[in-house]
Amino acid sequence: MPQITVNGHQIPWQEGMTVRDVLTAMNYTFRMLVIKIDGQLVKKQDWDSTLVPAGSDVSVIHLISGG
Amino acid sequence: MERLYTELFSGHDPNQLQAWQKAVVGIAGAGGLGSNIAIALTRAGIGKLIIADHDSVSTANLTRQQFFLEQVGLLKVDALKDNLLRISPYTSVATYPIRVTPVNLESIFAGADILLEAFDDAAEKEMLIETWQSLFPDKTIIAASGIAGVGKNHLLHTERSGMLYLVGDGVSELEPGISPVSARVAIVANLQANLCLELLLQEGSG
Repeated sequence: MPQITVNGHQIPWQEGMTVRDVLTAMNYTFRMLVIKIDGQLVKKQDWDSTLVPAGSDVSVIHLISGG
Repeated sequence: MERLYTELFSGHDPNQLQAWQKAVVGIAGAGGLGSNIAIALTRAGIGKLIIADHDSVSTANLTRQQFFLEQVGLLKVDALKDNLLRISPYTSVATYPIRVTPVNLESIFAGADILLEAFDDAAEKEMLIETWQSLFPDKTIIAASGIAGVGKNHLLHTERSGMLYLVGDGVSELEPGISPVSARVAIVANLQANLCLELLLQEGSG
């Protein structure tokens, strides 16, 4: 069964899986995130339309206020 | 001036100083992170800083930002530039007293070799990282996330994803109405500056 890696965790991949689906599957609820698939930035406006390929490495970076 | 230069940097490694004098570093934000970053980079001998911040110095800023009582009310970029010039005239400082947006980011920071994210607000951090990485996918950006509170030294670390580096603990949220505390914000700022100086040496040797 194909998988993807999200922040080092393996999760099952599904046909047609979008970036938004990955966030839902991981139960990530933070609003301010930077997301990369295999090192390539995915803009926030494209999270609903961008497909996550099987076997890809997704990093979800959580941004917290303060500075 | 030549004698001052020699004396000022007499303790620097000449090769490192040469790499840093050639460098242009952007700093987005001149608050707790940005003011500390700018001072560290000026003392190291970075050739040029580009600093953008639309805000003015408030009294409450003095608890953690590198300004002084008599500078309250001044634009942060102007006050910071004055303070940097009092340390060294060998870092030129370009200031932009405006809010950085996806529209103006390129015109402000296009000349920078590396960008340091030093904003307060998470949404602005996200905007800066997204815009920079879209415009300049091959240039480094060093951001900060998770700096609130005191102690927890062991949680501070750096993560990398491609050309994005993220410094902080990644978990410490600010309590409403509570600002970051001076020591920890300065540590994170200096972790960002320290990484920036290291990466500039790698570029110089490449």
